[in-house]
Amino acid sequence: MNQSTIASPSRDASNVQPLLEMRGISKTFGPVRALQDVSLTAFPGEVHALMGENGAGKSTMMKILSGAYTPDAGGEVLVNGKTVPSGNPKAAKEHGIAVIYQELSLAPNLTVAQNIFLGNERSSRGIVMRSAMREETQPILDQLGLSFGPDMLVERLSLGERQLVEIARALSAKARIIVMDEPTTSLSSRETEKLFEVIARLKSEGIAIIYISHRMEEIYRLSDRCSVLRDGSYVGTLERDELNAERLVAMMVGRDLSTFYTKEHKPQEGQREVVLSVEGMSDGVFVHDCSFDVHRGEVLGIAGLVGSGRTELARLIYGADPATAGRVRLNGVDVTPRSPAEALEHGIVYLTEDRKGLGLFLDMTISDNVNLCVIGQDAGTGGQRNFRRARERADQALKALGIKAPSASINVGALSGGNQQKVLLARLLEISPTVILLDEPTRGVDVGAKSEIYRLIDQLAQKGLAVVMISSELPEIIGVSDRVLVMREGTIAGEIQSENHRPISQEAIMALSVGRTDSAPAAQQAV
Amino acid sequence: MSAAQDAPKTRNNQHIKTVIVALGMLPVLILLGIGFELLTGKFLSVSNLSIVTQQAAINVVLAAGMTFVILTGGIDLSVGAILASSAMGAIIVSLLPGMGLLGIPAGMALGLLFGLVNGALIAYLKLPPFIVTLGALTAVRGVARLMGEDTTVFNADLPFAAIGNGSLFGIPYLALIALAVILVSWFILRRTVLGTWIYAVGGNKEAARLTGIKVSLVLLFVYGMSGLMAGIGGVMSAARLYAANGLQLGQGYELDAIAAVILGGTSLVGGVGSIWGTLIGALIIAVLSNGLILTGVSDIWQFIIKGLVIIAAVALDRYRLSGGART
Repeated sequence: MNQSTIASPSRDASNVQPLLEMRGISKTFGPVRALQDVSLTAFPGEVHALMGENGAGKSTMMKILSGAYTPDAGGEVLVNGKTVPSGNPKAAKEHGIAVIYQELSLAPNLTVAQNIFLGNERSSRGIVMRSAMREETQPILDQLGLSFGPDMLVERLSLGERQLVEIARALSAKARIIVMDEPTTSLSSRETEKLFEVIARLKSEGIAIIYISHRMEEIYRLSDRCSVLRDGSYVGTLERDELNAERLVAMMVGRDLSTFYTKEHKPQEGQREVVLSVEGMSDGVFVHDCSFDVHRGEVLGIAGLVGSGRTELARLIYGADPATAGRVRLNGVDVTPRSPAEALEHGIVYLTEDRKGLGLFLDMTISDNVNLCVIGQDAGTGGQRNFRRARERADQALKALGIKAPSASINVGALSGGNQQKVLLARLLEISPTVILLDEPTRGVDVGAKSEIYRLIDQLAQKGLAVVMISSELPEIIGVSDRVLVMREGTIAGEIQSENHRPISQEAIMALSVGRTDSAPAAQQAV
Repeated sequence: MSAAQDAPKTRNNQHIKTVIVALGMLPVLILLGIGFELLTGKFLSVSNLSIVTQQAAINVVLAAGMTFVILTGGIDLSVGAILASSAMGAIIVSLLPGMGLLGIPAGMALGLLFGLVNGALIAYLKLPPFIVTLGALTAVRGVARLMGEDTTVFNADLPFAAIGNGSLFGIPYLALIALAVILVSWFILRRTVLGTWIYAVGGNKEAARLTGIKVSLVLLFVYGMSGLMAGIGGVMSAARLYAANGLQLGQGYELDAIAAVILGGTSLVGGVGSIWGTLIGALIIAVLSNGLILTGVSDIWQFIIKGLVIIAAVALDRYRLSGGART
């Protein structure tokens, strides 16, 4: 990974006192032990990454830090050597601890300055002093290098900018330790760059940052040290120069994942049989005249920046949105679907990027979620459900996809992200599709489940399906696809093929995504 | 949150929650019954219970239809008005010499028709259910008045009067019809593909569409079903009274039906609920009305108490949703 480096060795381990020490933290919920004797330190000006699968205990650890939870007896949190009273959010704040949560907590109808002082307004005899708050806000915004002013309405800011406002709020409260929990999940690459810049500034001012993320590249790029939790226990800490993907993954999952990406399927290079053919697809707004072919047994990756029209294109192919122009051919026959129902009839399925919002029915059982597309064809007279068949299908899916659930009759909402994703995949596979469109198939999924999903994609290709995979994670696109299309501003900017079994280069993809021909500067845009 | 560590706890909580949701308001119903018996000494008599079931029957039927609608996240405010129209239709047709029994299908068909119009407007023109059925509430009421030229229509010699006043082995026909409606509703909701689709549409409409479910057809069905149930309610009402009045009949019935559904634990957001809950909800309302009369509470206070019960029910609905039926 030849990323530009912000990390600066600002710490001399022997004689600098840690800014933050969490010692011997355990936490039990009833009979369940969420954390067991975990310790964590952070030095001034350090980015300390915290990694672990979903459920490893990162969030619990951070909730103890922020005072939301009280640790079990024996555990303590110290800032500058002084004990912070536990289970007291206010005390944590006063000691300079701030947590930037994934769900932002800003009021969109108020201005930046009003948000920064929300609940802590500067006032004189009960009258809010707006000008004082504005004046106090400006230097913080300058300090972070932000281009908007204190009077900007938050609703007019992008998600990334809002996150920076959260950081500004933390700074205005004199935070010395800032926790960022998956801060880049919903950011574009440009916003991510901006965030990284801000992190660099915070470092230079001696603020300690605890950075939680699933994205390896961010960890490489930002962290000075990286600690790994697994099943509520501390596994180990790697120094910056020890960081490598295999080692981190192995620490997180507790086993060797020498084959993180699986690519055993062989795209038939001699007799390339086109299965799906998309011609001139447009929706008049986000997608303009996109054409491409997908072959039997091939995994076609679609890369591009967020907002480049990838999801919109997939939805057009699936008939989820109306197209203004374009055809979809399946084995040469025009099947252009006008609704998802029609697409399904032709064996074209689509895995949404928004699992909870557009995919799953969280109040329904795993079994119903898996069977939803096929209950019609399984039904008996008068549309009676065939529950035995549904049960068989669900049990089979649990086994085939390795879904961890006590039974198929529990609600899907109770599962972890990775297992939910597998349930959604299982639903699509029930109809025995010929074309499968995957939109961010591993979003919000932990490392172990990711690898399993990659293996599944490989198996589908081996079975001869035409697989289209949209992803924002370049290593994933490269690790899984045979061929990569890059989208930019609603059009297909180019196609990259792996030659002589050499892996496709990230730089080439990024260059096409941002529209540059020389790859060197573009490489630094990589997220 | 750490899903793995909290799983047993969540499961335990969920188990308790499932039991609470399944039992729902049944304990409340039983307590009310015991309470009124202790207060009056005659609530639990066979004759009074027969009256209670008779009084509950029409609301049970309307609430059953309403359950379908609310499960999809919609609402049907027009059922009282549709009931009035259907009752008018049933009586008017029953006056045709020699074809009096046709009043039954006529009333049902009229209800179904109005329901389908509601459904078509909601499903295909994508109008909000609240607005469509609010409009229908007024318009269909007008139709009901028009049908009888704004007078009460009578048929002292009603050929299907037994439906409203007869009984089988001591159980009123009205109650048997209501029970049959509940059983059919249960079958549709829990045993058929359509039922699963109804829950799916209510749970997540856009996801349902992406899953290939024909959402418009499902919506057309549920509003048609609600209309049909109002039609049956109209026939039951006509049979009981030998008469129908376009202006007064069924006033405010939609609110009792909605209250029964919500008391039964069906979420107003859609996707969660059961027909058995609705039955219990409707029985609670009937027991409350009957018991308050027996204890001699004034008419005015009956209104106030019933209203507060509905609010308490919605509060319960909120609590259940926030309490983590979803995680």
